[in-house]
Amino acid sequence: MTSTVADRPELALADDALILSHRLGQWAGHAPVLEEEVALANIALDLLGQARALYSELGDEDELAYLREERAFRNCQLVEQPNGDFAVTLVRQLFFSSWQELLYGQLTSMPLAVKAVKEVVYHRDHAEQWTLRLGDGTDESHRRAQHAVDTLWRYTGELFQPLPGLDVCWDAMRSGWEKRVTGILDRATLTVPDGPQHGGWAAGAGRQGLHTEPFGPMLAEMQHLHRSHPGAAW
Amino acid sequence: MTTVVPGKGPGQGPGQGPGQGPDASGAADRAAVRVTDRAADRPAGGLAERGTDGEPGPETYESAFDAAVAADERIEPRDWMPDAYRATLVRQIAQHAHSEIIGMMPEANWLSRAPSLRRKAILMAKVQDEAGHGLYLYGAAETLGTGRDELLDKLHSGRQKYSSIFNYPTLTWADVGAIGWLVDGAAITNQVPLCRCSYGPYARAMVRICKEESFHQRQGYELLLVLSRGTDAQHAMAQDAIDRWWWPSLMMFGPPDDESAHSAQSMAWKIKRHSNDELRQRFVDICVPQAEALGLTLPDPDLRWNEEAGHWDFGAIDWGEFKAVLKGNGPCNEQRISQRRRAHEDGAWVRDAAAAHARKRQEAASR
Amino acid sequence: MSSDWPLWEVFVRSRRGLSHTHAGSLHAPDAELALRNARDLYTRRSEGISIWVVPSSAVTASSPDEKDPFFEPAADKPYRHPTFYEVPEGVKNL
Repeated sequence: MTSTVADRPELALADDALILSHRLGQWAGHAPVLEEEVALANIALDLLGQARALYSELGDEDELAYLREERAFRNCQLVEQPNGDFAVTLVRQLFFSSWQELLYGQLTSMPLAVKAVKEVVYHRDHAEQWTLRLGDGTDESHRRAQHAVDTLWRYTGELFQPLPGLDVCWDAMRSGWEKRVTGILDRATLTVPDGPQHGGWAAGAGRQGLHTEPFGPMLAEMQHLHRSHPGAAW
Repeated sequence: MTTVVPGKGPGQGPGQGPGQGPDASGAADRAAVRVTDRAADRPAGGLAERGTDGEPGPETYESAFDAAVAADERIEPRDWMPDAYRATLVRQIAQHAHSEIIGMMPEANWLSRAPSLRRKAILMAKVQDEAGHGLYLYGAAETLGTGRDELLDKLHSGRQKYSSIFNYPTLTWADVGAIGWLVDGAAITNQVPLCRCSYGPYARAMVRICKEESFHQRQGYELLLVLSRGTDAQHAMAQDAIDRWWWPSLMMFGPPDDESAHSAQSMAWKIKRHSNDELRQRFVDICVPQAEALGLTLPDPDLRWNEEAGHWDFGAIDWGEFKAVLKGNGPCNEQRISQRRRAHEDGAWVRDAAAAHARKRQEAASR
Repeated sequence: MSSDWPLWEVFVRSRRGLSHTHAGSLHAPDAELALRNARDLYTRRSEGISIWVVPSSAVTASSPDEKDPFFEPAADKPYRHPTFYEVPEGVKNL
């Protein structure tokens, strides 16, 4: 892999999609109701499709997915966060899909973005529907949803760190995202956290290849079989 | 009343062309069943009781039912049907639905480790299909007046079974291929005749499922083919998987015909169209040449072509193992049902939340 | 409990020019989620372009016993069906 590929913004977008798809896939057989098994798998499949299309633009999809070390992955930390309960998964999706929709909406010269934005609108809508129901459902669901919002909030700032090479107005992205997300949180009777939207680590975050601890084991599990048979075809 | 099921032909009325309509009546039937506490058993305000007044009596219903089955017509939800027919169907459809959702687990076990992105996407789509198939089947069962909650409860408490095959573990990646080729292959052999099952909603669910399943078996076969032709380690992995999955797959067709408790009545009712042994033989005959093309060996030294019968003879099945696994002593029985129960229990607050939210909105709207 | 999630009937229009056809059922807490679940479940292979969801409890059906009075009168009106009429071979656009 050349250094130019490592610097391409598409790589970060592909990593976002792959890692979130992988996380969603971990719900298989564990969802709260069968209908959501199908819904979460649909989103996971869309994201995997996006990742594959983006990787293929850059090189060999499997080499990029399976043979890079943890530090070479450029996904944001938000998508690698463990599933937690259904509220954490859906709030994570709300934060990410709202951002992805705005981003893909601006990337009109990227064919993948033009196609994928329709998928993403649906993901965002699904996440909004559930945020409303969990936030304004029972006391327990409200507590869980608020906890999810509070826990994940610190990973949202990274989304607006400019990705060099993308022709995007990041300030507009941020204000658009905040308007959208806080609007939904309000309607869901949830409180928008006043804490910072980033961690206190000055070195950076996922876009710089600095990840949270759960990411390593996840990646190890994902890559181990491929790496155990070097050069084999599957 | 001349027939039990809606007749074919022009009498069906406008707006009900071929392949359209009949399920919609099923929909309403189910609603009626729920609202009136299985009023479907005694349609139209207890017409059955009016038998004494010279109106059709229960025996008329029964003979109409028998005639419809004999004529290969479909029985639809609100038609009169014998209680035992209804019970048999509920049991069979529920077991089938349970098998789909428990069957997600052994494959999902490899979702996080699929060795290429292409395989990851295929496997994810397949596991998703199984959830979908579970939904179609629970829907079919509900047309008989039994709700999904009740069925899930019976699964979770061990009062209803799922296919025993899913009590075996997936130990290597090749097991994903073996499940696709052998387990789904056996399932398809069983299911294709069910598309002609006498109960309409079940038959229609099976048509949809069989259409979608065709990719499952193929992807499994292709997966194994790539392994078989790959490195030595991959080939060995594939052979090992076949060695472990072959016999349990043959057991999927159920006990031999002379020991099968429900077979004869189910055949008479056309819920079942072929005997266990017949389908098992059909499956073996299909698999032998396919295994050869894979370059893999089926683990049965007694497998040989019987010229006279025109079939492959195969060795004795270990029914002791079958019964032990069925009784709960398989390698994964406890694990599967625990995971299933946990998913349901962990999800209770989510289901409650959505129901509470819906109630709030209804109240707000009615104010 | 999910018993609070009512049953919905799903109707799918597979393509323009065809009517919505019953596809199956599902459980959902409300109409919005029912519609979304229906989309995921019944059109994941591009089987449709439009979906209706209807609470199962809102469907009123004819009972099997009414079938004869409901439908049999139509059975002796074959003239309602185009195949009733003989058309000379070669005549088109009829």
